[in-house]
Amino acid sequence: MPKCTQMEKLNAKLEQYEQYRQFIIYKDKILALGNDSLEKTIAIAVALCLVCAVLVSFAAVALKPLQVGNKAADMKKNILEVAGLLEEGANINKEFSDKIEAKIVDLETGEYVESVNADEYDQRKAAKDPAQSVAIPKDKDIAHIRVKAKYAKVFLVKENGAIKSIILPINGYGLWSTLYGFLSLDADGQTVQSINFYDQQETPGLGGEVVNPKWRALWKGKKVYAETDQPSLEKGLITEADIGEPALSLIKGSVDPTKAGSQYQVDGLAGATLTSTGVTNLVRYWTSDEGFAPYLKKVRSVKEVKS
Amino acid sequence: MSAILNDETKKVLITPLVNDNPITLQVLGICSALAVTSQMSTSLIMALALTLVTACSSAAISAIRNHIPSSIRIIVQMTIIASLVIVVDQILKAFAYDVSKQLSVFVGLIITNCIVMGRAEGYAMKNPPLESFMDGIGNGLGYSLILVIVAFFREILGSGKLLGIEVFKLVKDGGWYDPNGLMLLPPSAFFIIGLIIWGMRQWKPSQAEKVEFKIMSIAHGEGGHH
Repeated sequence: MPKCTQMEKLNAKLEQYEQYRQFIIYKDKILALGNDSLEKTIAIAVALCLVCAVLVSFAAVALKPLQVGNKAADMKKNILEVAGLLEEGANINKEFSDKIEAKIVDLETGEYVESVNADEYDQRKAAKDPAQSVAIPKDKDIAHIRVKAKYAKVFLVKENGAIKSIILPINGYGLWSTLYGFLSLDADGQTVQSINFYDQQETPGLGGEVVNPKWRALWKGKKVYAETDQPSLEKGLITEADIGEPALSLIKGSVDPTKAGSQYQVDGLAGATLTSTGVTNLVRYWTSDEGFAPYLKKVRSVKEVKS
Repeated sequence: MSAILNDETKKVLITPLVNDNPITLQVLGICSALAVTSQMSTSLIMALALTLVTACSSAAISAIRNHIPSSIRIIVQMTIIASLVIVVDQILKAFAYDVSKQLSVFVGLIITNCIVMGRAEGYAMKNPPLESFMDGIGNGLGYSLILVIVAFFREILGSGKLLGIEVFKLVKDGGWYDPNGLMLLPPSAFFIIGLIIWGMRQWKPSQAEKVEFKIMSIAHGEGGHH
């Protein structure tokens, strides 16, 4: 028996060698052909495609883990940042898993969905999948995003079991691009803690100032929903709101803190009216009944029952 | 240096910087020069990526230049260039995530950058790999030089910063400098590149194109000027 397998191995080797020899002969024959012969043209095209395909797929596959890691770390960094928990030099993965809890929310009912794994759910991907998304009626689509995922992924920061902040994913169209970001609210679902945009292609220096920390600091303490009727606020880009409706908007110029209703206003971005309007619209959209209003109502009522 | 580099290599490495600059003399690669120059950091990464792609694609094309069928010449060059660009894009996404986010599609658009194709078709198809590689580096550096100059002016005048570090304190932060918003928009790169080209051609009149035709003056009839 052992002799036999050895022979088989040898034969296989011989066959391999023979194939290799044939390949070399064919290669030499092809290379010796005139450059414009049909056979050589096809052979070169096939060989080149093979080599390039191997190169590209190798790069894509070998670097994939690093890229996925970068993306995930970037997202976590943004969430920690908007929650005000980002510290220089801290281990982002550890901080994130220690302090932040991801939850899936059904946008229509505002209930938590436990059947979906929150760590693996990707809301942006789901919004593109017809099975997991819904089209937004045109008259309600003030953020110009056309579709939204049925389930949204929110993040909660808890301290001693009580919710400290609610971080909502938001997106909407600005001037050039869809802005993606997070809005962080207090446990009352009404007071803004912070906002940030992690993906936007607005004009650098004008609309791109949505990432400027100084401008973003203006959002702290602003109120999302109107507590009294806000019939017509002065200088507003979008002004009216009934009680309980989303009222927060960007205005032209600076907010006068002494005026009534200033708690619903944030300075507009200088030289970027369209981006400012876009930000107002997307914040209003995501805090409306189309967005997180049902969920925020639930959060508030749970809190009241407990206290 | 001179022991390693022969005259030809030195020539292809240095002439594209000033005397045969791809942007100012050949006026190639303008599109990305407009798009990525609002900040120094993105310009530097873009310049590095383009230089690498030009050098490696030129070397690869030159290595197989004697066997490229002329009927599929351009598509062979494109395939090699496109593959290298994808590899560069993947590497940026893996190792320089923030910058790759800012550059977004412009790395991918190196494929259509005329400089890369121009060097492949104009130099690498006729010259050996090492020289072609150096020619790619040289032209990439020529492109980089202009990109960095444009980005320098755009970033410092447009946002008062250099490489993200504050140089002029802005009015809105309590300083004295009122930034020029135009500098942040792509058209400003047109003006700056135009000024650079004008300056270059004043300095080296031989770079100015010859007038292809003269407008005849009616008073003298045929024969033009005397």
